[in-house]
Amino acid sequence: MDLTAINPVVLIATLMVAATPILLAALGELVVEKSGVLNLGVEGMMIVGAVSGFAAAATTGSPYLGMVAAIVAGALVALIFAVLTQILMANQVATGLALTMFGLGFSALLGQAYVGIVPPRTPKLSFGFLSDLPVVGRILFSHDILVYISLALVVATWYWLNNSRGGRVLRAVGENHDSAHALGYKVKRVRILAIMFGGACAGLGGAYLSLVRVPQWTEGMTAGAGWIALALVVFASWRPWRVLAGAYLFGGIMVLQLNLQAAGFRIPVEYLSMSPYLITILVLVIMSSNRGRTSLSAPGSLGRSFHAAG
Amino acid sequence: MLRLEKRPSPSQAWNYATPLVAVLLTMIVGGILFWILGKNPFEAIKLIFWDPLFSEQFAAYSRPQLLVKAAPLILIALGLAVGFRAGIWNIGAEGQYIIGALCAAAVALAFYPAEGWYIFPLMIIAGALGGWVWAMIPAILKTRFNTNEILVSLLLVYVAEKLLAAAATGFMRNPDGAGFPGSRNINSYGPASNQELIANSGMHWGVVAAMIAVLFTYILLQRHILGFHVQLAGQSPRAAKFAGVAPSRLVLMCLGLSGILAGLAGMFEVSGPARLITIDFNAGYGFTAIIVAFLGRLHPVGIVLAGLLLALTYIGGELAQFMLNLPASAIQVFQGMLLFFLLALDVLSNYRVRLAFAGTTKEAS
Amino acid sequence: MKRRTLLASSALAFGLAATMGTSALAQEALKVGYIYIGPPGDFGWTYAHDQARLAAQEQFGDTVETSFVENVPEGPDAERIMTQMALSGTDMIFATSFGYGPSINAVAQRFPNLAFEHATGYLQEAPNVSLYNARFYEGRAVIGTIAGRMTESNVVGYIASFPIPEVIRGINSAYIHARRVNPDVDFRVVWVYSWFDPAQEAAAAEALIEQGADIIMQHTDSTAPLTVAQQAGAMAFGQASDMGQFAPEAHLTAIIDNWAPYYIDRIQARLDGTWEAGNSWNGIAQDEVTFAPFNDAIPAEVQAEATALIESIRTGEYHPFTGPLNRQDGSVWLADGEVASDGDIGGMNFYVEGLAGEIPN
Repeated sequence: MDLTAINPVVLIATLMVAATPILLAALGELVVEKSGVLNLGVEGMMIVGAVSGFAAAATTGSPYLGMVAAIVAGALVALIFAVLTQILMANQVATGLALTMFGLGFSALLGQAYVGIVPPRTPKLSFGFLSDLPVVGRILFSHDILVYISLALVVATWYWLNNSRGGRVLRAVGENHDSAHALGYKVKRVRILAIMFGGACAGLGGAYLSLVRVPQWTEGMTAGAGWIALALVVFASWRPWRVLAGAYLFGGIMVLQLNLQAAGFRIPVEYLSMSPYLITILVLVIMSSNRGRTSLSAPGSLGRSFHAAG
Repeated sequence: MLRLEKRPSPSQAWNYATPLVAVLLTMIVGGILFWILGKNPFEAIKLIFWDPLFSEQFAAYSRPQLLVKAAPLILIALGLAVGFRAGIWNIGAEGQYIIGALCAAAVALAFYPAEGWYIFPLMIIAGALGGWVWAMIPAILKTRFNTNEILVSLLLVYVAEKLLAAAATGFMRNPDGAGFPGSRNINSYGPASNQELIANSGMHWGVVAAMIAVLFTYILLQRHILGFHVQLAGQSPRAAKFAGVAPSRLVLMCLGLSGILAGLAGMFEVSGPARLITIDFNAGYGFTAIIVAFLGRLHPVGIVLAGLLLALTYIGGELAQFMLNLPASAIQVFQGMLLFFLLALDVLSNYRVRLAFAGTTKEAS
Repeated sequence: MKRRTLLASSALAFGLAATMGTSALAQEALKVGYIYIGPPGDFGWTYAHDQARLAAQEQFGDTVETSFVENVPEGPDAERIMTQMALSGTDMIFATSFGYGPSINAVAQRFPNLAFEHATGYLQEAPNVSLYNARFYEGRAVIGTIAGRMTESNVVGYIASFPIPEVIRGINSAYIHARRVNPDVDFRVVWVYSWFDPAQEAAAAEALIEQGADIIMQHTDSTAPLTVAQQAGAMAFGQASDMGQFAPEAHLTAIIDNWAPYYIDRIQARLDGTWEAGNSWNGIAQDEVTFAPFNDAIPAEVQAEATALIESIRTGEYHPFTGPLNRQDGSVWLADGEVASDGDIGGMNFYVEGLAGEIPN
């Protein structure tokens, strides 16, 4: 039972990798929910991205083309959801669940031809001497490109939501779609674009699993990551930096408990794995009960369908 | 350009037609899918929709199985529908189902191996109570702290799943089970067993409970003041407030009701078809029931039909798998498509499609 | 019930068309059904069963018709699928996961003339339920020996799924034999509480390697630990099938679940009319446990040692659980030369002496 056997630098580096799929998916869903739409189909979009990325990479021999394919596939699948909920006014909850069901089946069907195939390797990027620096080298300069993309996305999302006109419009639509419409904003268009962005991110997150993390294609390989991403958005009270913190927390708990086990500590694994969800509920309660600080609660129009009168 | 115009009141004709058209469309597109996979589409569709009902080889067995498969879905969906009508979204029925089953199993295992007529009723109460408590968490958090019930109830599903795993591998594990995970076989323990009332009819107590729940929900929604409040709250929260509907009471009642029904479903499943507590006891009924609720238009009779239809696709899908070597994923895609078509066609019930040219409008509905 | 009649009449149209297309079953063919817990594409547990099914199908040609249903959850669905198979003329059903126990026994009681085979179970509540398992612990003994010889850091990482006897005896067997050739070796066990979760398995492998393990063993089904090992320069063993293509340098060998001899044997018995329920626990001797080709990185003398061990197990000369062996708490389990009984091995829920850590629950 040796606590010193756990190297904090490596722990951080590995949790960054473990957290990347849910970070990507959660960022996408954050933008979607900020626009007032609840898309419960994240799991479906992630796994479609996983199989599409894998198929494209295996066929073309390039993992990067695979990632592009995953983005496109995720966005297309999300488009189904967008059309159903925004144009045909279908209920978002039911549509999201249907999307998950469809996505799981569709990806399994598509993936049958790719079982047992080894995908092209995604290399870790090298930054020359920077990668050899003692602590920061391992944590910051020795990852594959998607880890950096996910971090860049956090910054870009935060910046865009808070400092750009588009971001402001999106937030207005999410807070009160009737007022936004009265102001002349195209509610449906904004939401459709947001939904497609969410799908693209989820697809990329799924591709990370099938191309980098495992890497292999197997049915159902996302194993609930999409649902965790949904919880993560709530945990982060819809703010990009907190999504980063939350993803690393979720990933960190998983990696930490495995490390503790490896070091010989006896820990109640099932109870420990409950903790991220219980903490999230706690966070939700605290955030919601603070009535004055509205920016910390859910977007006002979350989950409600918009139909312009007249 | 096509424009959607809200109808003054939902079209009854389309309300009934939509599910039929959706099924038909799914059969066509699904048939094409099966054909692409190299299977005879007519045979596949027949296996999915016709054989479970009428095949002389299986129908005598699979028809009652429709009841067995549909019962928990219907039971849970009824509870959900009441809440959904009021705009109260219980997404955590799966968790309430699990906790109800765990509580009922705990009662059964506590009494084992004693005999007594009171054990089964106690299990029913325990199951209902367990589900109710689990649903009260998001309910109270919503009424006290205004926390979004969708997210809390969803998160509690994961917690319930972990509890289930802990129970199956730990505190509820069968001491006579050679160290394997899983509880004692509750269905084999006489006083706790949920048996069929008529042999081979599929009608176990859970099915009976579902039937009673249908009546109960129908009366509640159509005849009871609560039903009126629910409708009102769903359509216009402000009007509801003026009418004297206390929003917190409504939340507590709706979530409580769906919790009780979900917990009961879990109880009847664990003491009946599922037989015992295992790590994988939760089969996603809580989520499928959401789909059933929508398919059934949140109406008790619709929910019964929707539950039976979905059960049909499950059972027929299983047949197609081993008779035609159709992959399981194809069935899942099929079910997903059925849902998509239904959700897409739903728009016609509430909205009229109009063709609008510059200046003139031409109606197309 | 208007909708039902509409459904029925539209389905009737299909039905009429379908009668022409109904597959004509060969009158003589024996129908054999398989129930899988996962997809054949998992490249692990279910894949191995499906490969064996295909081998049996090829062996028997037109006299046997096999079919399968995948991703069958344990519980009422399994029971229903097995019943429907039975109703559709299937004569023999193989259920390939432990959790199907209550279901297969219930169905067997309703169909006393059919043959039911349950893998890795322990319930036999009807005379037509047969149990079968494979002595994977013999395979673990061999890879434990290789691991003991190949490790340079003297730390072996073990990714375990659930604390059940099957997994525990695998750990024990591997440890005993690694220890035997390398008294300094240490095993670190991590429980992931899943048979298949690639992301978690990858994280577990990373944690173990980070803490000094240079050899990884797993009782989970994905190839993730192998890939992690390959990238970290460590070595690992494949699970249930040859996973060499995913990690050519790291993959030392794999325990291959070879169910084909058993399936062919039992189906033949059924065809001959000599089938009887039993409790089969075959191993290396019956070719049910085989190995992937040894990696060239394994030195010749270690390969020879492993091969010799395989042979001695095959001939029955050596049993992996032979005393003197103590339990972890120090109490004596097997005296010198004493061989463990099948009952002891079957219900094993303790670690042997020397293994650090506790079994959860």
